[in-house]
Amino acid sequence: MFETYTNLQVYLAIVLAPLIGSVLTGIFGTYMSKRMAHTITISGVALSFLLSLVVFNYHILHEMPDYNQNIYTWLKTENLTFSIGFLIDSLTAMMLVVVSFVSLMVHIYTIGYMADDNGYKRFFSYISLFTFSMFMLVMSNNFMQLFFGWEAVGLVSYLLIGFYYKKESAIFANLKAFLVNRVGDFGFILGIAAVLMYFNSLDYVEVFKQAPQFKDAMIEIMPGEQWSLMTVICILLFIGAMGKSAQAPLHVWLPDSMEGPTPISALIHAATMVTAGIFMVSRMSPLYELSDTALSFIIYVGAFTAFFMGLLGIIQNDIKRVVAYSTLSQLGYMTVALGVSSYSIAVFHLMTHAFFKALLFLAAGSVIIGMHHVQDIRQMGNLKKYMPITYITSLIGTLALIGFPGLSGFFSKDSIIEAVHYSTLPAAEIAYYAVLSGVFITAFYSIRLFILVFHGKERMDEHTKHHLKESPWVVTLPLILLAIPSIAIGWMTIEPMLYGDYFKSAITINSVAHPSLSILSESFHGGLAMITHGLQTLPFWLMVAGVTSAWFLYVIQPELPGKIKAMFLPIYKLLENNYGFDQFNQWFFAAGSRKLGGFLSSIGDALLIDGLVVNGSAKTVAWFASVIRKVQTGYLYHYAFTMLFGLIVLLIYVLN
Amino acid sequence: MISLSHFLVLGAVLFSISIAGIIINRKNVILLLMCVELMLLAVNMNFVAFSYFLGNAVGQVFVFFILTVAAAEAAIGLAILVVLFRNKRTINVEDLDALKG
Amino acid sequence: MLTDINLVLPEIFLLVMISIILIIDLFLKDESRGATYVLSIVTLITTAFLVINNSPETTQLAFHKSFVVDPMSVILKSVSLLVVAAVFIYSRDYLVDRNFYKGEFFTLSLFGVLGMMLMISSANFLTLYLGLELMSLTMYAMVAMQRDSDIAAEAAMKYFVLGAIASGMLLYGMSIIFGVANSLNLAEINQAISVSENRLALSFGLVFIILGIAFKLGAVPFHMWMPDVYDGSPTAITTYIATAPKIAAFVMLYRVMVEGMSGMMVDWQSILIILSVASMFIGNIIAIAQSNIKRLFAYSTISHVGFILMGVITGTDNGYSASMFYTISYVLMSLAGFGIILLMSRAGFEANNIEDYSGMNQKSPWFAFIMLITLFSMAGVPPMLGFWAKVSVLQEAVNAGLVWFAVAGVAASIIGAYYYLRVVKVLYFDKPKDDTPIQASMDMRLLLSANGISMLALGIFPTSLLALCVDAI
Repeated sequence: MFETYTNLQVYLAIVLAPLIGSVLTGIFGTYMSKRMAHTITISGVALSFLLSLVVFNYHILHEMPDYNQNIYTWLKTENLTFSIGFLIDSLTAMMLVVVSFVSLMVHIYTIGYMADDNGYKRFFSYISLFTFSMFMLVMSNNFMQLFFGWEAVGLVSYLLIGFYYKKESAIFANLKAFLVNRVGDFGFILGIAAVLMYFNSLDYVEVFKQAPQFKDAMIEIMPGEQWSLMTVICILLFIGAMGKSAQAPLHVWLPDSMEGPTPISALIHAATMVTAGIFMVSRMSPLYELSDTALSFIIYVGAFTAFFMGLLGIIQNDIKRVVAYSTLSQLGYMTVALGVSSYSIAVFHLMTHAFFKALLFLAAGSVIIGMHHVQDIRQMGNLKKYMPITYITSLIGTLALIGFPGLSGFFSKDSIIEAVHYSTLPAAEIAYYAVLSGVFITAFYSIRLFILVFHGKERMDEHTKHHLKESPWVVTLPLILLAIPSIAIGWMTIEPMLYGDYFKSAITINSVAHPSLSILSESFHGGLAMITHGLQTLPFWLMVAGVTSAWFLYVIQPELPGKIKAMFLPIYKLLENNYGFDQFNQWFFAAGSRKLGGFLSSIGDALLIDGLVVNGSAKTVAWFASVIRKVQTGYLYHYAFTMLFGLIVLLIYVLN
Repeated sequence: MISLSHFLVLGAVLFSISIAGIIINRKNVILLLMCVELMLLAVNMNFVAFSYFLGNAVGQVFVFFILTVAAAEAAIGLAILVVLFRNKRTINVEDLDALKG
Repeated sequence: MLTDINLVLPEIFLLVMISIILIIDLFLKDESRGATYVLSIVTLITTAFLVINNSPETTQLAFHKSFVVDPMSVILKSVSLLVVAAVFIYSRDYLVDRNFYKGEFFTLSLFGVLGMMLMISSANFLTLYLGLELMSLTMYAMVAMQRDSDIAAEAAMKYFVLGAIASGMLLYGMSIIFGVANSLNLAEINQAISVSENRLALSFGLVFIILGIAFKLGAVPFHMWMPDVYDGSPTAITTYIATAPKIAAFVMLYRVMVEGMSGMMVDWQSILIILSVASMFIGNIIAIAQSNIKRLFAYSTISHVGFILMGVITGTDNGYSASMFYTISYVLMSLAGFGIILLMSRAGFEANNIEDYSGMNQKSPWFAFIMLITLFSMAGVPPMLGFWAKVSVLQEAVNAGLVWFAVAGVAASIIGAYYYLRVVKVLYFDKPKDDTPIQASMDMRLLLSANGISMLALGIFPTSLLALCVDAI
């Protein structure tokens, strides 16, 4: 392939194939059959997937040098050039495969899930557009294009959260996601602006090259306060990541985003888009390595998210919300891994998580189809009898999520815990306990969900029960295809990705100051050894404890959870209210800013600006216009005279 | 002896008369067309004079072209005049004021 | 000699084809007028192809240095040719509806295009004048072509008389420059000017020449013909007048000022600054008071001319390219704007008033959107093409040290934004007056859509067109 085509054409094809599919179905959708719409978009994404595999293959096997080229100059100003370009290295290649694979699975799955939906073609157009945007994000070689991709995936995300635009809760969730992400993006763009201001370039390579010179540079934001430049930049950029990757306290939009159709929850709000923040921080590793303060901040945020968001998963009763909170918690794990400078582990967990979380969501969707859009797990039970394929694949996904030895989640999650353990940053200590207890929580809520849905008594009504059957093949095929990497991908790739040279060129680690990963690699003796070792460690037993307690509470003693709930009602209420984040935001930010806005609008805007400045000057100009148009009398001799007048004025002016 | 400046003054005077004719005349559109022709003739006078005194025949060549164009211009001007008269039944300059503002 | 012929090959081809069309059209009945239409469009496109195909790599002169072919001429000629082809496509339905679908429209337009091409390639006062007159005379005749309309006749008369005055003054200026420089060739004039002592006569001639050019461009105070002619002519003809001739006028400005009189740069800069500021403000301010959309576009054109002048005033190569970029952008925007007017007009109904567009969004969301893009682009809203055109011109003005001038330009465009947005408000927020659906042929719909989208696409990716203009100067 690479002999016959230049690299650039392959990369362009990867990016443009989904875009073309999206534009075609988006614009000409009304003239197309449903079949044609999904054929066009799926073939676009399938082409991207195949080409991504080719690129990945060449990076793994043939050790192709990194590709870094600007392909279009978008804008040139005095000393600054904004380009569109591609940086293809091992990190990008891996992201390409993950994104295109999950996207392809979701595309296929959608045929079944959305079969009876009016917005069928619109939906396909959106998800292909999303795929394009995500590719632009991961393939970017500069901050501007990164920001473009960042905003573009955000845009599609809002469009899809509000996909059922006649449903009030969907519109609310949509607006919430938009506003919360604005906060993150505000930090993000300030970070980019700071980069531009000090490095005078937006190109990754150029910025990374200059970064070490600025290690000790200070910046005075408020008079008298000297802050480390790198810390400021890194934290600002990370605020962007907090918005997109839903880290506390900017996580509030993600559970609500489940208002969107389930394939979207799988693709955008679990597997790919929300990991953009993780990807971005890994990409910026040369910057983050220069600021221990920023890394500690990341650890705290990640640890908080990993532990407390996991707890919320325990009390949820909506099948999608349970999985959503587990996504939050897993994103917290990745963030902690970033904080302890184990970027490759974070990305590794990103990859395994993408597969098993997409699997869990799609399985949840399959259950929802079977249950006729009932999402409450209290009304399910014993579905294993009716949906065997969904059952088996869900089991695999759940085991991968809780880190059952040998499955993909085990390798990535255990590596994170170990890495946190070995980190020398003071913040890592508390994070270690957070991620460790997180293992118990994860196991508990995952098994709880699994038992309530697939085992126990059949709690659904007769009508639903009567229609229960396995979903069609377009739904189950992606489940099966996703189950395979959920089992095997960790085992297969842990060695090259974490301890080999795979990320050598893409990720920079200062291993003297942040030794976790190098310590880990000394004690690593292959996947099998890791499994056997894993059986003796604390995380494994915590996991077993979690599974057992869930089994005990929901199978052996099903009446116990209610009693516990009654006993700890205040805590339950706290959890149910999402620790009060939403209420606080509603009360403080939403209502407060509306009050402030109302005040400014009535006094500042309506009275001063509109009344005096805008309308005043507009009236003056309009009056002037009506007067001056009278000069255009319509008489030919006046026109000729005006010309003569102009001539004479100019003659006098010049001849003086 | 008649010098270059005499010709140039004559040209300028003709030119001024033509412009004055256009601005002062408020009655007849045909007068406008005549003034326009006069204006071109004033220019021709300039060109011929320069051509003669500079010894450069290019100026006279230009004059030939101007004369040709002037003929075409007069033709189009009169054609427009005919259209105007058929529609408005007047060729009074003061009546051409439907379009304004 | 043979190479000379090669360089004017597109013009010769166009001339031959016009003659053929003229003769063929004599024998055509009204119902087979389509042949003239198709032949005209094919001629234009073929000529554009010849222009591009025949472009030499360096600047070439022909016919005793009176005819020049350089990269700028290639670009601007092809743009003019294609724009006129688009005008034909936009106009067809309009002409058919008004029983006005005659061979004269096409042959006169084509002769006008020939005149523009000659102007674009002129390296001599004589060729410039002949090109200008060929273009102007055909336009006078076209304005008067609707024989039963009294406002058209009035507009034609005004246009004719004022145009004749302007070209008389232009000629007067040329004669004086000829007297000082002893040549009609622009390059030779430029040399003569740089050594000439006779500044007084040169300045005197310069003012007259600038008047002639400013009239064609429509700069204040030589703009008064424009609103009346735009308003009085049939919209198809207005579309023609408002687009391609502006390119020719820009070239005339560039050739005479930069290539012919760069020795007097200080003088013409100071004159043009006055014209430019006056155009930007007067054009934008009077436009606010308009209720007729054709007059509105006329005043908006006047303000755009101020910006085109701004780039030339900087006196730098980058400034000239910015002006050229602005001119091309303006022509695209104007084409789309008048295209919409033609689209909304139908048999027995001229969509000349702004209120005729109320609620257009409900009749045709797509074309309302195209109109939105066009208006935003004219107002200079990012990311439309018009934004970049304004930015590049303003940037060059700032680079040339004319900061106050750029500030004035920004202030004028803020005033201008008002009336564009007023039309947008009518498009989207007013109730439609009637529910007559929009009827248009498929080719027009497609071309108009492409025209509108091109302003958005070129606005998002402006670099290619910008680079083309930078390379051309």
